[in-house]
Amino acid sequence: MKPTDTRDPDYFHKVVDCQWACPAHTPVPEYIRLIAQGKFTEAYLVNRRSNVFPGILGRVCDRPCEPACRRGRVEEEPVAICRLKRVAADNRDEVSHLVPQKPAATNGKKIALVGAGPASLTVANDLAPLGYECTVFEAHHRPGGLMISNIPSFRLPEEVLDTEIGYIENMGVEIRLNSRIESLKGLMDEGYDAVFIGSGAPKGKDLRIEGRDEADANIHIGIDWLESVAFEHVAKIGKRVLIIGVGNTAMDCCRTSLRLGADDVKVMARKPRQFFKASPWELEDAEDENVEIIVNHSPKRFVVEDGKLTGMEFELMEYELDEDGEITETRKAGTTIIPCDDVILAIGQENAFPWIERDLGIEFDKWGVPVVDETTHASSLPGVFFGGDSAFGPKNIIWAVEHGHQAAISIHKHCQGEALDDRLPRGVNLASAKMGVNEWMYSNAYDGSHRRDMPLVELEARLSNRKMEVELGFDAERIKTEVQRCLNCDVQTVFEAPLCKECDACLDICPVDCLAIVPDGEEAALRASLKVPAANKEQALFVSQPLKDTGRVMIKDENLCLHCGLCAERCPTAAWDMQDADIFIPHVDNEAGKVAAE
Amino acid sequence: MTSMPKPFIDKHLPKNKLGLTVRNYEGSMSTLCAGCGHDSVTAALVQAFWELSLAPESAAKVSGIGCSSKTTAYFMGQSHGINCVHGRMPSVATGANAVNGDLHYIGISGDGDSLSIGFGQFAHAIRRNLNMLYILENNGVYGLTKGQFSAAADIGSTTKKGVPNEQTPIDPCIQALTLGAGFVARAFSGDKSQLVPLVKAALMHKGFALIDVISPCVTFNDHAGSTKSYAHTYKYYHPLVHTDFVAHAEEITGEYADDGAMRVTLHDGGELRLRKTDTDYDPRDKAQAIETLMMNGGDGEIRTGLLYLNEDMPDMHAANKLPQKPLNQLPYEALNPGKAALASLQKRYR
Repeated sequence: MKPTDTRDPDYFHKVVDCQWACPAHTPVPEYIRLIAQGKFTEAYLVNRRSNVFPGILGRVCDRPCEPACRRGRVEEEPVAICRLKRVAADNRDEVSHLVPQKPAATNGKKIALVGAGPASLTVANDLAPLGYECTVFEAHHRPGGLMISNIPSFRLPEEVLDTEIGYIENMGVEIRLNSRIESLKGLMDEGYDAVFIGSGAPKGKDLRIEGRDEADANIHIGIDWLESVAFEHVAKIGKRVLIIGVGNTAMDCCRTSLRLGADDVKVMARKPRQFFKASPWELEDAEDENVEIIVNHSPKRFVVEDGKLTGMEFELMEYELDEDGEITETRKAGTTIIPCDDVILAIGQENAFPWIERDLGIEFDKWGVPVVDETTHASSLPGVFFGGDSAFGPKNIIWAVEHGHQAAISIHKHCQGEALDDRLPRGVNLASAKMGVNEWMYSNAYDGSHRRDMPLVELEARLSNRKMEVELGFDAERIKTEVQRCLNCDVQTVFEAPLCKECDACLDICPVDCLAIVPDGEEAALRASLKVPAANKEQALFVSQPLKDTGRVMIKDENLCLHCGLCAERCPTAAWDMQDADIFIPHVDNEAGKVAAE
Repeated sequence: MTSMPKPFIDKHLPKNKLGLTVRNYEGSMSTLCAGCGHDSVTAALVQAFWELSLAPESAAKVSGIGCSSKTTAYFMGQSHGINCVHGRMPSVATGANAVNGDLHYIGISGDGDSLSIGFGQFAHAIRRNLNMLYILENNGVYGLTKGQFSAAADIGSTTKKGVPNEQTPIDPCIQALTLGAGFVARAFSGDKSQLVPLVKAALMHKGFALIDVISPCVTFNDHAGSTKSYAHTYKYYHPLVHTDFVAHAEEITGEYADDGAMRVTLHDGGELRLRKTDTDYDPRDKAQAIETLMMNGGDGEIRTGLLYLNEDMPDMHAANKLPQKPLNQLPYEALNPGKAALASLQKRYR
């Protein structure tokens, strides 16, 4: 097998599974180490550079990092990465003077941003400090996009949102509220150098079945209803509520219902639990509040009596699954009527662009979605960029942030007359973590503690106040324990083949048996030759240069390595070394050749 | 050495017939130098015990003094063990074995412990055919006292500062052969594919089993002038025979049928399969074994593997008609037959 080229910037990045999984590539182990040292402010700023909204995301992120966490492969639960992000935000000192600042002078380039959601705000965050004049147009009377309109304040308090948006406003970004853009042409005629569209996916899907129109007064579209609650147009709902759909919006709808007077809330799912779209923790939080989740019920009709909604009829579904858990057969086994006072539809959302004239030169596909370049976020009309849910359909906040970072780079290049796809490559900078004999710049001892749980406000208290944040945040003991659970995957095992004397010391001490010295061969044979065969093909197999005494190769399964550094401690020749890998993720300030204040 | 114990994580590991993972056979944190061959021998013992599905508490570890003798602390933390006086491990092993022959005795010694201060003890344990695995971790120096030559150092091998050894070495394998050992093997800590099966075979052999393991001293004897360094051993490494142990329960299957291997049935019913990796070497020919080791092929190569095997020798228990049952399982009446029996015994000597 070809020896592994660890100079490829993505090789060590992939080993830091959380950072690799994070769309914005937040350096998770780095900020967890800072928290461990009590450097909450620094941890917050490291986060902010990547994900812009640590306080918000520390509460409501979709957490793609956690299922990826290496810890989950050696014990039951991943590190509570998202909780620790909130720890950094909760315990930080004043940072308003440490975040990027309003520049002394602007560069005269004017950027219009449509929608004050996470994507547009990120673009403004990246561009304003470089001198771009950013104007954000927001239809509602408050900025935040879905972060304010769709995420209930019992999960994300308004102050947290306001503070983090405030940092961006302070950079000289103008946010024009109550300014819905009705015509892109009209906006472009105002003479902007570039337009960024981050208007989200604001159209909730409807369910056109029998009884829909007659019962309209008691049928609500989930995202619209959440928005009405957030902006205090709606303050109550019936006692018995059915939620159709089991995504994260459905979870917000059912929990909000409980706070507006409902006491019998059922979430109705068409398929079994393993097919749910909601994050497991959001399902748990809802069930914790006594929401009932009912599977295998497919909506048939709304039951209307005397012009009023009294219930909903469902088909009872039965599914045959194959070995891989895929549905092979679907059967209907009768129907049932479940009485209710209100129904909330949370079955998906779409983007909608009635305000974009089709003759401007922006190409739309057959579903009415704009054609957007996945790297540059450029549309087919030079100078118009898309990001967030409006670009590729509904995703989540952290994806919107990453779209914003990438679009900011493109907008800068567009304004400077540079090629959009001539972007800085990612990089990796390695520095030995060795401080002395068996002393490392990180806490390498494996801590066997289990994941700390989140303390919650008592059920009765939280249901009585829609705005009371349910999660209390981690206390000192939880912080102290949870930070030690991080395996520091960014401290890499780096191997120098010419130094190895094949003493087997590293193989013997490795607590997860992920090393072997074997004759070279094909990848499949090498993977099988480890004491515990390297079955996870998603994870790389490291293969060294041939060793000097026998010509064999050192192999390492990157899947199970704990980064404990015992191989490096046992190595008599320092052929194994632990090196801190600083993954360089270029942002627009790097492109502009300037280093922002943070 | 390392600074922290190996974390106990075995979620990913296979289990043996006792439901244990290889982790359950490990011991305390090693305090030997990083890269010491002895740690690899330790790992081979752990692996062999796990593969044989022997309960950790069925082992008794005995050792004397030296770097090698420390290693009994680093494997099978749940087994019996004693770390005794320099060179006197065979006596203690004899006593323990006499009163409880059910345990698997693992003696760990070094070239200093066995070939100088304990040379006589080593010889007589072989003569008694004590049922034990005797591992001699051979690095040619006294590492614990900073690298003086041991009796196993080759002529011409130098100290770290370049002073050559001029005294003839003692070859423990030749000694064992001439003293009548029934199982004599040589191995290298850097090759577990050979060492692990040899340990298994030796544990299952009924009688004295010597494995002389070249186990480099990474601190004092791993330099260019050394004949017991990693580099030297890899360069001149020459396996003669490959040994596989097949447990009784595994029976002969297609996988093993007609592989040209020499088969030797052990006393407990297990079987050894010996595959020659060199022409015409017969591990049941003692004269050939001695000749091979003494002449050394004239090429300086280090010949390894199971050098000699004789399954037909009575061990100490059989030769001395000792009770097969451990004394701690005999009833009080049998252990203490009373005044009349004592009088009758004394009468025989009057």
